[in-house]
Amino acid sequence: MPFIPHTAAERAAMLEALGLREMDELFAEIPPDLIDESAAGLGEGLSEAAVGRLMRERARADGHPLNFIGAGAYAHHIPAAVWELASRGEFYTAYTPYQAEVSQGTLQLVWEYQSMMTALMAMEVSNASLYDGASALAEAVLMAVRVQRRLKRRRVLVPRGLHPAYRETLATLTAPQGVELRELPFDPRGGHLAPESLAPWSGEEITALVIPQPNFFGVLEEVHALTDWAHAQGALVVAVVNPLAMALLEPPGRWGARGADIAVGEGQPLGIPLSSGGPYLGFMCCRQVHVRQMPGRLVGRTRDAEGRPGFTLTLQAREQHIRRAKATSNICSNQGLMVTAAAIHMALLGAEGLRRTALACHARLRDLSRRLCALPGIEPLFDRPVFHEQALRLRVPVAGVLRSLAAHNILGGYALGRTYAELDAGLLVCATEVHEERDLETFETKLARIVAARGEVKCPIKPNW
Amino acid sequence: MATLFDLSVPGRRAGAQLPPAAPPPDDLPGELLRRDPPALPEVSELEVVRHYTRLSQRNHGVDTGFYPLGSCTMKYNPRGANALAMLPEFLERHPLAPEGHGQGLLACLHDLQEILAAVTGMAAVSLTPAAGAQGEFAGVRMIRAYHEARGDHQRDEMLIPDSAHGTNPASAVMGGCRAREIPTGPDGDLDLEALDAALGPRTAGIMLTNPSTLGLFERNIQAIARRVHAAGGLLYYDGANLNAILGRVRPGDMGFDVVHLNLHKTFATPHGGGGPGAGPVGVSARLEPFLPIPRVGHDGHDYHWIESADRPQSIGRLSAFAGNLGVALRAYVYARMLGDPGLARVSGHAVLNAAYLMQRLRALGYEAAYPDRRPGHEFIITLKREAHAWGVRALDVAKRLLDFGIHAPTTYFPLQVPECLLIEPTETESKAELDRFVEAMARIREEAEHDPERLRGAPWTTPLRRLDDVRAAREPDLAWRPE
Repeated sequence: MPFIPHTAAERAAMLEALGLREMDELFAEIPPDLIDESAAGLGEGLSEAAVGRLMRERARADGHPLNFIGAGAYAHHIPAAVWELASRGEFYTAYTPYQAEVSQGTLQLVWEYQSMMTALMAMEVSNASLYDGASALAEAVLMAVRVQRRLKRRRVLVPRGLHPAYRETLATLTAPQGVELRELPFDPRGGHLAPESLAPWSGEEITALVIPQPNFFGVLEEVHALTDWAHAQGALVVAVVNPLAMALLEPPGRWGARGADIAVGEGQPLGIPLSSGGPYLGFMCCRQVHVRQMPGRLVGRTRDAEGRPGFTLTLQAREQHIRRAKATSNICSNQGLMVTAAAIHMALLGAEGLRRTALACHARLRDLSRRLCALPGIEPLFDRPVFHEQALRLRVPVAGVLRSLAAHNILGGYALGRTYAELDAGLLVCATEVHEERDLETFETKLARIVAARGEVKCPIKPNW
Repeated sequence: MATLFDLSVPGRRAGAQLPPAAPPPDDLPGELLRRDPPALPEVSELEVVRHYTRLSQRNHGVDTGFYPLGSCTMKYNPRGANALAMLPEFLERHPLAPEGHGQGLLACLHDLQEILAAVTGMAAVSLTPAAGAQGEFAGVRMIRAYHEARGDHQRDEMLIPDSAHGTNPASAVMGGCRAREIPTGPDGDLDLEALDAALGPRTAGIMLTNPSTLGLFERNIQAIARRVHAAGGLLYYDGANLNAILGRVRPGDMGFDVVHLNLHKTFATPHGGGGPGAGPVGVSARLEPFLPIPRVGHDGHDYHWIESADRPQSIGRLSAFAGNLGVALRAYVYARMLGDPGLARVSGHAVLNAAYLMQRLRALGYEAAYPDRRPGHEFIITLKREAHAWGVRALDVAKRLLDFGIHAPTTYFPLQVPECLLIEPTETESKAELDRFVEAMARIREEAEHDPERLRGAPWTTPLRRLDDVRAAREPDLAWRPE
């Protein structure tokens, strides 16, 4: 019996202590007609060796393609120490640190994480994590609604240049609260949210403006002008940022005259593997004055009975286990182990390592973009500065190009037509510091051939879908 | 212990992790570039490794000792499941990679959907909710969507027992419902008269945990299901306590229409110091169109994602990608290791361990909150007599247990039992470990009577003594600041 230590003799002794003869008697209170022990279709249990073989075969089937897709999830170098430490049983198998005296490891680590995130974002407070970047944005919008509860309307302005899946998640999670999400168009030439395009909203009652940096197209937004405009309207600013980019770009706390009010985003670039999309890490930072409206756990530094410094969960009166129906959010489990990894990752790279990584990503992207735009029929889709990702316009159908590339084991980017009907010719490509010169060359060479054959190049390998 | 910030020395680096230095880019506008670097610690790789190794040693985990934390199912988290979920192809796969580069992963996820549907008696499952609370939100939204699709717009009341976990009312409200509390009777079953009084044309549904958070199987569940359904409502099953009935009773057979499971409880995935969890939701056939996307489908040959275009009535997307898939892989490996015969053995031994512990603690003089009921996988003792006689509280007993290398049970929950400890041993603990816990509780009882200060001052042997929570809340110190 996997993982059950009882011997037959021990089981018999325990049943005898209870005055029972059969295990089934333990379930005597369950109406007999509800008991159904028919098979769930699992078959016999497998040994670790047997299930290991099955899993390795399945993993191999997924292969090792050369990847140039970003679109909200990024391949980066992760120091070996990150997951060796995060996988230690003391971190891996602990519960939420409610018993502070035997949870100082997790508590201090989360406090250090909070400290590093506030430094990176130039904000005052960080929570202990939410599920992912998209759900963190939804929580930020709900938080903005609470902060702005004096307003009659719950209206939030959301740029169309924000990640499409974030916009979908935002709709799912905020619709029940009657939040009105209004979409702001992106500039067709720049791909950004042009501050002058906000003019129709001036003087209107607005709860919050969402500002991504960079946006889904990799394009940098005019964050200072947008922030100042929102504040002049009495709206809060919710920043959605790539944390790695904040080692290079002006962080939310420094946007405009007063800084963003809430900053959220996807912490995956900080030491978390791609893993097909999860588990990742939603981070959230805010101003000190708004902390009592913040969702999720917070760790504070305090003293123990002998006056020694220590750490504990704090301001819990916001949370569901105390406030129940009146809590700031229903969140309970968060992404603790991902926070562990992110803290260790940031500690190992430091400000200099994160900055150099961001610079290397940017340099690789410029190189890739230069190579691809030199090919016939390929040009930048937008003319504004980008970080990390570049939207291209292709003269040949994007879907066919991506299929041909995939047959050569290259994932050539994200087809913008999947989520932007108006950008059917758009291809979003990404490069990071993990791409070497020869990877870019491989991509360029294969794409050149495909484009030359108008996306109909004969494949030596048959696509398998 | 010193923080990593205290160890920082300007100019120190973990050199092996740094890309080469590069000049600032000339194509980005100056006003968008960061002016000064963030104040992160500057430390060497060894300092980082040593710091976090030492911090880990200040944690109690399932791997270091007994963890009878009620309602949390702190069972062993198989190392094999961790290793196999972290195979490089799984870790390095991009979420938007084509399905052709993910048939292995999708096969695992599809199998898991089928397994979870079978053990809960549901027609279809979505793995996407990131934790139990997000599963609850999804369940509430599906129930609302079902009523809305039938033109039943007024059904916005969710009935919730007073013993429920705090996430239930919080999720109901987040999902756009009003939470209406139903009292529990003195025998621990739901008060049926109160239920009848609450049911009506505004009833959206009822959220139940079975066994309840009192550790008791709701004996009237079939009657409850009949009454709620007759009133036009649906039944939501909170899977927090599925470990007590795994492989024996299926929520679908009890009459539930929607369930969520906590893979980080029943399916042995780790709690990770607070997550990540995973809260898959399962539904009966009539609710299938409303399941959150994405899910995995199979056309007889290949596996594919089911997206919103395929299910226009879906309540939508809950996160940017597909949820905590790495957790799902661990649960899948665990389920395959259990096999069909292993499912009922899990619940059998989880309940055996709880019943045995309750019996032994009662023999020591501890009072069970429901002495006439058979416990499920967990049970409650109440220390109200000890509090009255000796002035020691449930908190003091909990803190004293830490000195014995045992994690405290859940305290002061459920709310209606005074001075309570909710104790869940799980099936992966041996009789010897349970007996050791009983010995500790025997000694604590003696101390409570003869030396109550031993309890009121506890813990004594942990890295720190009791923390000042009042100070933490009154003067929030939430991040390191330069001197």
